[in-house]
Amino acid sequence: MTTAVAEKPVPNSPKPKRSKWGKLLRRFLRNPGAMIGMLLLVLTVVAAVFAPFIAPTDPDQADLRARLAPPSWLDEESESTHLLGTDQVGRDLLSRIIYGARVSLMVGILSVLISMVIGVILGLIAGFYGRWVDDVIMRLADVQLAFPFILFAIIVMAIFGAGLWKLILVLGISNWVGFARLVRGQVMAVKEMEYVQAARAIGATNLRIIYKHVLPNVMSSIIVLATLNVAVNILLEASLTFIGMGVDPSIPAWGGMLADGRNYIETAWWVATFPGIAIMITVLGFNLLGDWLRDELDPNLRA
Amino acid sequence: MTAFIARRIVHSLFVVLAITVVIFVLVRLTGDPVAVMFQSGEPTAEAIQELRKNLGLDQPIYIQLAIYVKDMLTGNFGTSFRTGESVFSMIMEKMGATLLLACGGMLTALLIALPVGILSAVKRGSAIDFFGRIFSLLGISFPNFWLGIMLIIIFAVHLKWFPASGYQGPEYLILPSVSLGLILSGILARLIRSSMLEVLNQQYITTARSKGIKEWMVIIKHALRNALIPTVTFIGLQFGTLLGGTVIIEQVFSWPGVGRLVIDAISQRDFPVIQGSVIVLAFLMILVNLVVDISYGFIDPRIKQGGGKSE
Repeated sequence: MTTAVAEKPVPNSPKPKRSKWGKLLRRFLRNPGAMIGMLLLVLTVVAAVFAPFIAPTDPDQADLRARLAPPSWLDEESESTHLLGTDQVGRDLLSRIIYGARVSLMVGILSVLISMVIGVILGLIAGFYGRWVDDVIMRLADVQLAFPFILFAIIVMAIFGAGLWKLILVLGISNWVGFARLVRGQVMAVKEMEYVQAARAIGATNLRIIYKHVLPNVMSSIIVLATLNVAVNILLEASLTFIGMGVDPSIPAWGGMLADGRNYIETAWWVATFPGIAIMITVLGFNLLGDWLRDELDPNLRA
Repeated sequence: MTAFIARRIVHSLFVVLAITVVIFVLVRLTGDPVAVMFQSGEPTAEAIQELRKNLGLDQPIYIQLAIYVKDMLTGNFGTSFRTGESVFSMIMEKMGATLLLACGGMLTALLIALPVGILSAVKRGSAIDFFGRIFSLLGISFPNFWLGIMLIIIFAVHLKWFPASGYQGPEYLILPSVSLGLILSGILARLIRSSMLEVLNQQYITTARSKGIKEWMVIIKHALRNALIPTVTFIGLQFGTLLGGTVIIEQVFSWPGVGRLVIDAISQRDFPVIQGSVIVLAFLMILVNLVVDISYGFIDPRIKQGGGKSE
């Protein structure tokens, strides 16, 4: 009797449930913007990771006989084998651009991770403890927001000197406010909810409330903000390196290459042109992906 | 309203003070300024002592800070290590050029963003909307100094339409302004578009249309005026970013402004000049934000009751 009931086909049997990530992937594949963004990022990441295998020459190998050689496709009669030409000491631009991806990605991603950690911790503290602790942290955020980043970075780099790690740290500590506000807002919103009060009443610790009720709700916004911030930080890194306040000049970095190229715009336009295109490809990749993520994950942030 | 303004002013003063303290402490971390001043040559111990005393460096750091703040209030930012000139007058000499550049950038941004933003909203989903979107996305994806270099290569080196660098007349303003403003115009156009769309859905627009008012009148007079309110705040906030951006653009175009002053001072390790310029630029940006906040309170009366915080 019971088996008969069980075997009877149910007319509206639910379809196999698609997971949230599966759905996201399907929508991703249907969105040209997101796909282009991902493609650009894959290009940059592959360049950065496999630089020694892809780059035609050593990025620091100077060839004084081939100084400022134009791109090989520009002048077919020339013997130049440099696809994007060479710089003022004859280094292959393509190789330097490929190696430059390492600096940009490293600075962009690591600095945002630092901001994220600082922001999430300060946001949690401000949200949970409220009162004067919240006041102090939010005033700090006000000062941080009012202090134009580029000036802060210039003064710090002027004092401590240029350098990759210093730059990552400076970018990291000056960009936490967005993350802190997101997390703080979420804490404040759930703190007074009945189910959180109930959880607390049965002995849930703050850590458990953070883990169960705060972070899951704010995670997608954090991912969106982080992706878009990587784009911004890569641009800032390039700007600071361009004026000599960023990465050490001995490391191949796109901003530094632009600074070199600035001196040869009348004779060798390629030196200043191609590194800029590389910056654009990478930043556009992060922006396209971030825009799509924002539309998918976080409708509240949509502009 | 008075309470609102007072609160904003106190808040801004607090921020200025906080920034001054941070910069002062950071600069002091570099070590003894006297050692920096005597980088070349072997000074006698007496000379060092004498100089330290003259500069007030024999006092504890909090007293030095108090003296610096007190002097700052009277427009005294100390003297340059290199030239002995007053830092404040050095900054003021260059400030005009920097403000001119920032205004040029803002004007460029508005001239592009207003038509693009309005048309994108009115003709939503059309080709112009699509290109507007691509334009703004590209705009935030490349560095403005690279755009500057490209403009120089095309319009100064090859076409010879505009001069490449320096400032000797209005034609020198064009390329730097475009480099500075073009990126902002993309973001601004999107903002104008979305606030226009929001306003165009309001009932009073339908009412205006139903009264038989010409469409362009509805758009300009009824929609745009209201859509501009959020834009005004944004423009104010972005003016600060533009001022920051001038530091980089001034390098590209050898523009004789405060940005170049700072960078030159850094290469000469002339700390009073670095410190003074950064504080003055930061102060200016905070002042602009303050003015925007207050004027916003006048435009939108709801703000002043809510306290004007954007959290």
